Amino acid sequence: MSLKQPFRDVLATAKGMRVTLRHLWRRPVTQRYPEERPILPPRHRGRHELERHENGLEKCVGCELCALVCPADAIYVEGAENPKDAPISIGERYAKTYVINLLRCIYCGYCVEACPTEALQMKGEFELAAADRASLIVSKEQLLATLPKTEPEDSWMPS
Amino acid sequence: MNTFIVATLQATFLVFLIFTVAAYAILAERRIIARMQARLGPNRVGPFGMFQPLADVIKLLTKEEIRSAGATRWLHVVAPILTLVPIVLVFAVIPAGPAIHLADLSIGYLFVAAVSSIGVYGVVLGGWSSNSKYALLGGLRSSAQLISYELALGLAALGVVAATGSLSLVQIVGAQFPLPFAIVQPIGFVVFVIASIAEASRAPFDLPEAEQELGAGYHTEYSSFRFALFQLAEYVHVLAAAALITVLFLGGWWPFSGGWLGVAAVAVKMASFVFLFIWIRATTPRVRYDQLMVFSWKVLIPAALLNLLIVALWVVLT
Repeated sequence: MSLKQPFRDVLATAKGMRVTLRHLWRRPVTQRYPEERPILPPRHRGRHELERHENGLEKCVGCELCALVCPADAIYVEGAENPKDAPISIGERYAKTYVINLLRCIYCGYCVEACPTEALQMKGEFELAAADRASLIVSKEQLLATLPKTEPEDSWMPS
Repeated sequence: MNTFIVATLQATFLVFLIFTVAAYAILAERRIIARMQARLGPNRVGPFGMFQPLADVIKLLTKEEIRSAGATRWLHVVAPILTLVPIVLVFAVIPAGPAIHLADLSIGYLFVAAVSSIGVYGVVLGGWSSNSKYALLGGLRSSAQLISYELALGLAALGVVAATGSLSLVQIVGAQFPLPFAIVQPIGFVVFVIASIAEASRAPFDLPEAEQELGAGYHTEYSSFRFALFQLAEYVHVLAAAALITVLFLGGWWPFSGGWLGVAAVAVKMASFVFLFIWIRATTPRVRYDQLMVFSWKVLIPAALLNLLIVALWVVLT
């Protein structure tokens, strides 16, 4: 051990102390979560949502491709003939039941990619904690997007 | 009889004061270290997290008391008390002003050294009585550490005692007008500060917290109230170390001649040393055990002896 070593050690410690002292006046990077909402990336894959057309009809045509592609087997779709007099979707068929098991879902987004009508989307909802397991198996009613408040006048879709 | 009651009340007040300040030292440490790591730290319980110590105490008291199988029961119970009580006793002789103290013993520093070394028994008994290899090894290491650094601590303080010619802490403070011993005896001062950190088992000498090798050291098998006592003892130790540094090397109420300004001076000096301890903890990595021992025996003790030699020569020649 050279004689200079102790001085180097003291100097190194002092340097370290300076770094920590400077950080004392730095803004903390912590997000105060429940009050301060996190800024999610625009394509964040949160909870699913079933979209509607502007006239209120469902985009989902009950093709079951999402259920087919799902690697976690989390989606269950039962398609049915779309009633002509009171149509639910714009296609020939619609989803009679549409259930996603969020406990199984791995949020990979393959279902969204598979959807031919862009009916299934993943939105920013990420607070998916629940007190019981059953409430994390969400049905079609829970997944459907809310209707737009005012019906657009220049609706080009058949009603 | 009357003086007895007054003294008891004063002592009770002092103990409550120490415990409260220690509890808030824990909060201050958590907040300051958090800020040094660009975090916020506990800020949820009350304004600025002011009630966090209270919440922690309630949590600790309501936890299960765990006693490991084969533990020597009464020693397991006595050990945390044996660690906490001696270090609280140190405050009995710490003066905050020329007349503000519980006792001005003529053997002041000797009392401090004697009483604070009893704390080692708590550490070694806590480690041994737990009937756990981690606690036993941690207890052995901690007690070896405490004994080694106590030597350096005592030798550094001996310089102060030699320069004053008295063990009384009030007279030691009195001898530091106009110049505190920190300026007159810089080597002794540095050795005393470093050894104090080691005595309080704090980073970078916090071997009991070396989880990867020792579990939690001597208090591995402790939970609930008894763990809280060990934890409290550590922070009271920090306060005691800051108080002793203030009195022995920074001239206590210097530059005032006592009174409220003097008490404030003592408080500010203590607080800045508590901050220094926290700051060091946020900065330095933990030393290895062999480095710990080598540093005490090959660096601190020779340095303290050198300091003592210089002071002795100075005392003889003047």
